[in-house]
Amino acid sequence: MEYLAGNYDVIVVGAGHAGCEAGLAAARLGMKTLLLTISMENIAMMPCNPAMGGPAKGQLIREIDALGGEIGINTDRSAIQMRMLNTAKGPAVQALRAQADKNLYHVNMKWTLENQPKLDVKQVMAERIIVEAGKVKGVVGSTGALFTAPAVIITTGTFLRGRIVIGDLAYSGGPNGQFPSVKLAESLQDLGFSLGRFKTGTPARVDRRSIDFSQTSIQPGDKETLNFSFTTNICDREQIPCWLTYSNDKTHAVIKENLHRSPLYSGFIQGTGPRYCPSIEDKVVRFADKPAHQVFIEPEGSKTNEMYVQGMSTSLPEDVQLRMLRTLPGLEKVEIVRPGYAIEYDYVIPSQLSLDLQTKAVAGLFTAGQINGTSGYEEAAAQGIMASINAVRYLKGEPPFIISRSEGYIGVLIDDLVTKGVTEPYRLLTSRAEYRLMLRHDNADMRMTEKGYQLGLVTPERFQNFIDKKAAVQQEKNRLDQTNVVVSPELKKILDRKSSSPVRDGTSLSTLLKRPEIEYRDLLELPLEHPPVDSEVAEEVEIEIKYDGYIKKQNAQIKKFEKMEGIKLAPDIDYHQVRGLAAEAVHKLAQIKPLSIGQASRISGVNPADISVLMIYLEQEKRKNREILNGK
Amino acid sequence: MLDDTIAAIATPLAEGGIGIVRISGPQAIDIAEKVFIPVSNSLWRKQKYKLVYGHVVDNRTGKIIDEVLLSNMPGPKSYTREDVVEINCHGGPVPLRKTLELILGAGARLAEPGEFSKRAFLNGRLDLTRAEAIIDIIRATTEDALQLAVSQLSGRLAQEVDAILNELLSVVVLVEAAIDFPEDEVEDYSPERINERLGKVSAKAQSLIDSAEMGKVYREGLRTVIIGKPNVGKSSLLNVLLREKRAIVTEVPGTTRDIIEEILNLGGVPVVLIDTAGIRKTGDAVEKIGVARSLESIDRADLVLMVVDASTELDSEDEEIIDLVKNKRGVLVLNKIDLEAGSAVKNKNQLTFKLPHWPMVEISALLEQGIKKLEQTVVELVTGGQVLPRDGVMVSNVRHRNQLVKAKEHLREAQEAINLGLTPELVVIDIRAAWEAVGEINGSVITEDIVDKIFADFCIGK
Repeated sequence: MEYLAGNYDVIVVGAGHAGCEAGLAAARLGMKTLLLTISMENIAMMPCNPAMGGPAKGQLIREIDALGGEIGINTDRSAIQMRMLNTAKGPAVQALRAQADKNLYHVNMKWTLENQPKLDVKQVMAERIIVEAGKVKGVVGSTGALFTAPAVIITTGTFLRGRIVIGDLAYSGGPNGQFPSVKLAESLQDLGFSLGRFKTGTPARVDRRSIDFSQTSIQPGDKETLNFSFTTNICDREQIPCWLTYSNDKTHAVIKENLHRSPLYSGFIQGTGPRYCPSIEDKVVRFADKPAHQVFIEPEGSKTNEMYVQGMSTSLPEDVQLRMLRTLPGLEKVEIVRPGYAIEYDYVIPSQLSLDLQTKAVAGLFTAGQINGTSGYEEAAAQGIMASINAVRYLKGEPPFIISRSEGYIGVLIDDLVTKGVTEPYRLLTSRAEYRLMLRHDNADMRMTEKGYQLGLVTPERFQNFIDKKAAVQQEKNRLDQTNVVVSPELKKILDRKSSSPVRDGTSLSTLLKRPEIEYRDLLELPLEHPPVDSEVAEEVEIEIKYDGYIKKQNAQIKKFEKMEGIKLAPDIDYHQVRGLAAEAVHKLAQIKPLSIGQASRISGVNPADISVLMIYLEQEKRKNREILNGK
Repeated sequence: MLDDTIAAIATPLAEGGIGIVRISGPQAIDIAEKVFIPVSNSLWRKQKYKLVYGHVVDNRTGKIIDEVLLSNMPGPKSYTREDVVEINCHGGPVPLRKTLELILGAGARLAEPGEFSKRAFLNGRLDLTRAEAIIDIIRATTEDALQLAVSQLSGRLAQEVDAILNELLSVVVLVEAAIDFPEDEVEDYSPERINERLGKVSAKAQSLIDSAEMGKVYREGLRTVIIGKPNVGKSSLLNVLLREKRAIVTEVPGTTRDIIEEILNLGGVPVVLIDTAGIRKTGDAVEKIGVARSLESIDRADLVLMVVDASTELDSEDEEIIDLVKNKRGVLVLNKIDLEAGSAVKNKNQLTFKLPHWPMVEISALLEQGIKKLEQTVVELVTGGQVLPRDGVMVSNVRHRNQLVKAKEHLREAQEAINLGLTPELVVIDIRAAWEAVGEINGSVITEDIVDKIFADFCIGK
């Protein structure tokens, strides 16, 4: 029996990493918000690896944080190890990576949600989306509870028609022994949405006590205490190490002998899996000449003996998993706590979305996270906060909030999804960003804080701190520009040590800093007055001065890019009526409905001649409208 | 898109000796100044809407490329409403192309098909009624250009470009994989090894650029062999082309026994004309040698002019010759259309069927009819890049050359960055730019290629 259970402004279905951000953002923006989850015990669950961040994903967390999201803060609170990766490869690709305590992550996020004003969290399995006259009206749960809202965000991850496969064993289910969401998938299809099918997988969890760590090598965290959030002040954290071992010919032999029992090779699994996260059986088959593969043993938390066997993702039968794991050095006597499995699930083909993550077919209905064909906690969280911001703007009748590809990885991610579509679970990579040098870990606050403040997600105090930092950066840059070096023994010492060529009197500090071998901290040795500078400010100053030439070049490219993004295309253009477009371009443009000439140019199948035709069309329309206005 | 400066040859190639290079955009005048030296009036920038006499000069070598007339038409009183400079070249296709190359080297971008008209329209210079016509130009010329680009990018040049692309992609992927998957087992970033590989690619690109600058055709002439069975008028044709009688012409089949080579200038393209003995089954020893040498000439030729008598039906001799030349590039020359029987050109369909890719020109060597058309056809084949010299790769398309020059500049910057000890994320910016520049030659590169190759080459999946 259906009954009216509550009226809300925004309903979020699913409390994973996308759903948590979405629920919090809407509530923080003043909306009466409801967050539905299949199980309160699995809020912000990390069903795959116990890690957050890394290249591109780490930058993404920083951007979400600077916008006023929760993932950074929650990771800092739940981390049991932090490392800065890629330090030798340049400032833009440096990225923070945390090992998280999975349970703590869940507990901390749940507590944050429960204490968020204007947010209700309820254990309800959503089954049906109610739509009237093309607009979303609410959601009905499995018990008949009807919740109304003019905006609904679906963030159900891999739950849609989830199917778990372990060897020849298969059953309907969500990740980690959860229920699948079957009726909701049917509801989406009833509404006319096209769904695709993907597959992903996870390795076994093993008992820490059954591992001989002396046979493996230790992977410690960084000595320095690092944090994701610009607001976190944690400066002391216990660092729990990870461990590294390798597969060998015995491992590979076990796998090869049992390939016929692998659902991947028997055709038992149909969904497309991610290439960046192949199963161990895939690795052994595709890279047959590789004698060994890395296997990282990572703690699932500080108060558990479960260890995650990173690199051994598999859907082989349980008995094969055990035999395979026991060939690894240090794991000869290993005991499996939970076997690895593959999960197949439905996703919403993301070309059905606009750049604000609203579905084109149903007004007020948004989808975010893995349901859109992505993978990764960070990618999900980014979509969650963006969908939520835009749901609120939709309710207020405000234009969508879109981050461009030149402003953030969030922009790269969403534009890729909506404009280019997906062929496998999508993972963000730094190499997907055209303006990578600008999208750095260190300047995420410079890029996003002001936006977050204007949206209403960043507090005035935090915004003031940001303004102060910005001013300090400018001040220090000015000082380095205006201060000249004097040839001194201290200077000579630095230059000698760095095998740098001599400088003349009157060279500015910033000119000196531009030399690749000279670092900001070297300058502090000079006999000059050094006003105290915060380390974050110093980092920013150093990067901006050192890479000035490259940054200028990239800024020039961004200007061109923005020009094309600035030429807007109305969503109601009937491309069939635009004379001179190629047939394929008409089809793609009508489907994707790009918001700008720039976005149109990134659609595969739309070529430069089509773009020229579109520009002429826009000019034609402009002049026709002017003629009408002039009363002609 | 609308704030850069574009340039292109604004007149159809190879129609007479005169051609115009048009430059449009904010940098038009500055760019023109880098390549143009006026003969008397050094203040030409102030001479608006007037023709200024001077030279296009290659700044690097100081060499005069062509004698030209330049007109400076500042916006908005110009075709595109932007600053426009037009340079009227007189030296034929080769100096015209060289002038364009210099202008591109000075900072202009090669205009897309129909781009001048597009700008004129978008800037309000052309009224609404012209919009459709411009769309037609863009569509038609783009398709032509595409076809041309594909046809010009055949054989070994395509292979060379592919090889460069593959090598650059593989270097990019090496760096990108190390950046995006720092904990996976990807090859470590080694600046020395990458520097070495970039050096090799750079040298390859340079040799292609050289081939464009001193293309064999322009250096040594286009080896063009005139062939056909006896008495179809090969020597008459040669004589007409040379405008003087040098080969012996008689009514008796088989009189031309020596191979005669002549060099002439067809619209700026040096052509080495080779007249051969008529190929015919013969017992005559002297003629046999002539025939053998003819066959050798065909083998070595860049272009074949196959002469057929339009007044007679094709016979087995014609067909045997067609078999000999069908894999070459060439022009079908239908001679003797002055004869009553010839005007019907009975064998046309058959010939089109047998040599489908060959252009066909009808002439009368006797009355000197159709000769201009034949000359134009030959020039178009060369300047359109359809004829590649026999051995070796040649870059004949300005766009191709320009992209290679750009790529080389990016490679230089990448190597400089490596030598300065800069980080891989900076080095790879220029390697990617070089890859994209070469990729524009066949329009094939997309970011997804990098991602695909990372997963194909490396076992990713920590």
